[in-house]
Amino acid sequence: MLKIKDLTVNVGTKKILKGLNLEVNAGEIHAIMGPNGAGKSTLSHVLSGKSGYEVTGGSITYNDKNLLEMPAEIRAREGVFLAFQYPVEIAGVTNVYLLKAALNAVRKHKGLSEVDAMDFLTLVKAKTKALDMDEKFLYRAVNEGFSGGEKKRNEILQMAMLEPQLCILDETDSGLDIDALRIVADGVNALRSENRAFIMVTHYQRLLDYIKPDFVHVLADGKIVKSGGAELALELEEKGYGWLEQA
Amino acid sequence: MSISWLDDFRQQAKSQFEQTGFPSNRLEDWRYTNVSAIAKKEFPLAKIENSPVFDGSQGGTAFHFVLVDGFFNAELSNLPESITVCSINDAVKNHADLLQSKFNQAITQTHGFIDFNTANFTDGLFIHIAENGVLDKPLQIIHVATQEAILPTRHVVILEKNAKATLIETFSSSEGNAYLTNSVAEIFVGENADLTLYKVQQESETAYHFGGTYVQQADNSKFTHHNFALGSVLARSDIVCDLKTAAECELNGLYLAFKNQHLDNLTRINHVESHGISREFYKGILNDQAKGVFQGRIVVAENAQKIDSKMNNRNLLLSNEAEIDTKPQLEIYADDVKCAHGVTVGQLDEKSIFYLQSRGIDEATAKHILTFAFANEMVDKITVPSLRESVFNLLLARFPEGAER
Repeated sequence: MLKIKDLTVNVGTKKILKGLNLEVNAGEIHAIMGPNGAGKSTLSHVLSGKSGYEVTGGSITYNDKNLLEMPAEIRAREGVFLAFQYPVEIAGVTNVYLLKAALNAVRKHKGLSEVDAMDFLTLVKAKTKALDMDEKFLYRAVNEGFSGGEKKRNEILQMAMLEPQLCILDETDSGLDIDALRIVADGVNALRSENRAFIMVTHYQRLLDYIKPDFVHVLADGKIVKSGGAELALELEEKGYGWLEQA
Repeated sequence: MSISWLDDFRQQAKSQFEQTGFPSNRLEDWRYTNVSAIAKKEFPLAKIENSPVFDGSQGGTAFHFVLVDGFFNAELSNLPESITVCSINDAVKNHADLLQSKFNQAITQTHGFIDFNTANFTDGLFIHIAENGVLDKPLQIIHVATQEAILPTRHVVILEKNAKATLIETFSSSEGNAYLTNSVAEIFVGENADLTLYKVQQESETAYHFGGTYVQQADNSKFTHHNFALGSVLARSDIVCDLKTAAECELNGLYLAFKNQHLDNLTRINHVESHGISREFYKGILNDQAKGVFQGRIVVAENAQKIDSKMNNRNLLLSNEAEIDTKPQLEIYADDVKCAHGVTVGQLDEKSIFYLQSRGIDEATAKHILTFAFANEMVDKITVPSLRESVFNLLLARFPEGAER
């Protein structure tokens, strides 16, 4: 599904990613761990098409297409979804309007008709309930005045509505208490399928107790320096990142 | 029929106007707005003509007072019977004493547009709501322009003690019509009375507009104004409120200027006595080569203590060539007051645009959604549902896909 080859990325004149390689297939869950400043968020942002990053080398192919050539909205419509580390508050735009506009944009791209208003409401209410969110959230401005946990749940709600193929979770566990973490993890686990892949970017092993990865990669100084199975995360938790950088 | 007291006002204003003409840029209040184009147009004064068919019921309000080219049209109007409401020309005949006692009394400082209006007004609205009287449904004053002329109208609105009313004033024309609206309203809000006034200015893109609203607020009275400036190539709005003891004033505004439009909003809130409350919130969206002006001044007189006043002006610039001149001013002569003001000028937030894009929404639509949301905060304040819907739709026409219909 996703092939990243020798990716190098600059922010300004600073080299952040220095030859990153990663291959993700449908049905897989990959965890990307690493110390602060290793380039984890840069990777998430570059995948989702955020401006401000200069790709200086390498390639990213997604379903055999050149991902880097697509504007952010086309990536989203093609099934790439980024759950933000810091979801943006948007005053005056209701959650329900954003969800509907987004869903219709994706549907239109796929050649489908706009979603029926009643079907949409039924669907969105069911998904809201599954994430243990009050329906009132639907009619509030996007993320405005939401707690940290509510914002992250809202990200998963959007993900559940858009049913993307490649889900990128950027530090989704940050700022969550155990209860919220469990709800978010349940939401993600419910979306696991053989057609869908996940990249979980995280600093801590904690999230991986709830969402079990197939692969764990360690990102340090702009490269993946070690890959392994779920057990690698436990090893990192125990030993920290220092021993890898020295190796 | 000649009425001598009114003729005196007219004559005096006429000679004043002959001396000064329309205001020049040298005047501080007119620094940012050059109206010399208006004088050059040499518009004639509007005449009564057989006007084209027009559906006066548009806007969905029960009561409407229709002015076609500045002349009251009784056939197109539907007036409430529970209060005194008529054309100002009728009031000159039928309510002479009351009108004479109020006429020109709300205007404390004059300029060329007001003088021209006093000298030449063709017609307008007269309302008198007696003590404890309530106008239970909004009355819409509908201005329709069909001539290429100057349309001077004058309103006098009097609410006695405890009276309550909602008025809506709309200005419109067919597209491409060039004319000058010159509308002056004098408003007297009696003790403990409550008036809400909505203004929706959607003149043609080639029209000029001057609208002045001068308000005298008695003790404990409340005046709420919502000012939507959407049309005209050049428009100036004056709102001046004088507040007596414990009077409350709320001024909301939204100006939306596109292409080569120039929209100027001047407000003055004069707290002349103590315990008054004022809230002012104006938002502007400027696109293309358009220009916006906000001049808001709050004056607290020396003996006006315990005043609570807030003013806020927020502007969104959508193009590099758009311009806003904003000048909020607090002029405080009393020592025990709570006053604050704030101004912002900015562009759409890049993070918000990207967030919407990352959900599959293209950049142009994302910008429409965010701009609509910025403006809609003011539309949401409208409490008359049919009016809120029609202003919402006017906004949506500017930013398609900005919101769900």
